[in-house]
Amino acid sequence: MNQETETGQQQGSNSSSPLGLLNRVLPRRRASVLPGFRLALGFTLVYLLLVVLVPLSTLFWKSSTLGWAGFWQAVTSPRVVASYKLTFGAALVAATINAVFGLVVTWVLVRYRFPGRRLVDALVDFPFALPTAVAGITLTALYAPNGWLGAPLERLGVKVAFTPLGITLALTFIGLPFVVRTLQPVLESLDPEVEEAAASLGASRLQVIARIVLPALFPAWLTGFALAFARGLGEYGSVVFIAGNMPMKTEITPLLIVTKLEQYDYAGATAIATVTLVTSFVLLLTINRLQSWAARLGTAEPS
Amino acid sequence: MTKAATREPAHVQLLLTLAALGFIGLFLVLPLVAVFAQALEKGWDAYVAALREPMALSALRLTLLTAAIAVPANVVFGVAASWAIAKFQFPGKDALITLIDLPFGVSPVISGMVFILLFGRQGLLGPWAEAHGLKLVFSVPGLVLATLFVTFPFVARELIPLMQAAGTDEEEAARVLGASGFQIFRRVTLPNIKWGLLYGVILCNARAMGEFGAVSVVSGHIRGKTNTLPLHVEILYNEYNFQAAFAVASLLAFLALVTLALKTAIEWRGGAALPQAEDPGVD
Repeated sequence: MNQETETGQQQGSNSSSPLGLLNRVLPRRRASVLPGFRLALGFTLVYLLLVVLVPLSTLFWKSSTLGWAGFWQAVTSPRVVASYKLTFGAALVAATINAVFGLVVTWVLVRYRFPGRRLVDALVDFPFALPTAVAGITLTALYAPNGWLGAPLERLGVKVAFTPLGITLALTFIGLPFVVRTLQPVLESLDPEVEEAAASLGASRLQVIARIVLPALFPAWLTGFALAFARGLGEYGSVVFIAGNMPMKTEITPLLIVTKLEQYDYAGATAIATVTLVTSFVLLLTINRLQSWAARLGTAEPS
Repeated sequence: MTKAATREPAHVQLLLTLAALGFIGLFLVLPLVAVFAQALEKGWDAYVAALREPMALSALRLTLLTAAIAVPANVVFGVAASWAIAKFQFPGKDALITLIDLPFGVSPVISGMVFILLFGRQGLLGPWAEAHGLKLVFSVPGLVLATLFVTFPFVARELIPLMQAAGTDEEEAARVLGASGFQIFRRVTLPNIKWGLLYGVILCNARAMGEFGAVSVVSGHIRGKTNTLPLHVEILYNEYNFQAAFAVASLLAFLALVTLALKTAIEWRGGAALPQAEDPGVD
């Protein structure tokens, strides 16, 4: 290891060798006694390039071959627009349900003590751990007209499986951990003294929660909501079984991409995928901003 | 004690707890119970028979193979990336961290599709792959590539904040005392990150074995050849062979439970040695 770094540095002067090239391309590090920087960063960049960046860039390459008119036509056809509306709407409703119940679940897990609390806490990650296809067929079996929940609901006149409601339920299932796991550390780190101070100054419990606790939680809450929403937009496995997959009615955007791929309509699939990808990157960027806002609030608040 | 003023009234507490548990019960516990109930619907013998079926066994083998390649590869990457990012200063570091998280923001379907655009017959490198006799999509290498992509960030994103929090003092001391790079990593760095590393490996493995969307797109669904367990579940389900589908699904649900148990155990064991928040201290 020791020698390797030194050879790397020696060859820095010899710019024709591969290591010399790396030396010129890689940013100069500030002096450090630790070895392995060039090797580690070089490997990281090459692996990132090969596994992620090159494959992803093919999407933009392919969509650039479509031409603007073709691209626009592919992403605005009625069937595609119907799938955006459905996917967007279901993800939005599911994220909202999760924002509400996620807050309640987090509150109860952090603030209250009850038997089985740790088990429930561990179980919150179940949707992360369960393969999406398993979630998909299980939710479908539960909510199908002859299922444990589907049968009684059917008698009440509510159809869940193979309707937008089923899609929303599936997205609610996979989105819950995002809200809870984002809120939990923030609620845990909230200084109880601030609440005590407000209470001792005569604020009612409701006022304390509305004026002090919720504002402090807000950035994390919004982040969790956005993460759940973003996941919902791209989700495939857990939705595709319960969705019904009727064009114009219950066909989500990721399924439409798969359908186009199976019909060898790579151009159409690429166009829709590009829109989806750009949407989720914009969302991720927003989430990053939210998180740095939350971090700033977190350091400014407790004092 | 100001406890009364900083706590909700008892009936509110009870109501909130019941709402939380009700939601968890409906959305998480019931599906978990349903998987195993459906799998055992026709009794134990039918359950075992569905698991011992040759197609199920070959799907299991392929799932294990995929994870056995994807997890170690992403561990090596995660260690290299976090070593470079946490122990050294260089421009563009924040951008690199963002890029590492990129695959989390990509729909699984798109994660699979990019490999078809790259290596498929009409793909960018398709003609090249064909000329060299490489079949990289609708084949096992395609499954592995898609799995590598979707599990890419797991180990790195656990290790980066952990190594950043640990700083460089201990490693520098070891260096000054004459330790080699490998010795520093094994004796100083590794003990500090072992729980985080294990945590990342477990999450990475769960995703590698359970991934559906991305591998579904690149697999081409060739029975007995390019079917992983989740894809096998889909095929059985679409053939209305529900009991067998749930039997295989129960294996994956069991894997999920083991993942959760290990994850929780690590959180208890190595609590202090794990990054606290979702995204801490990316200065």
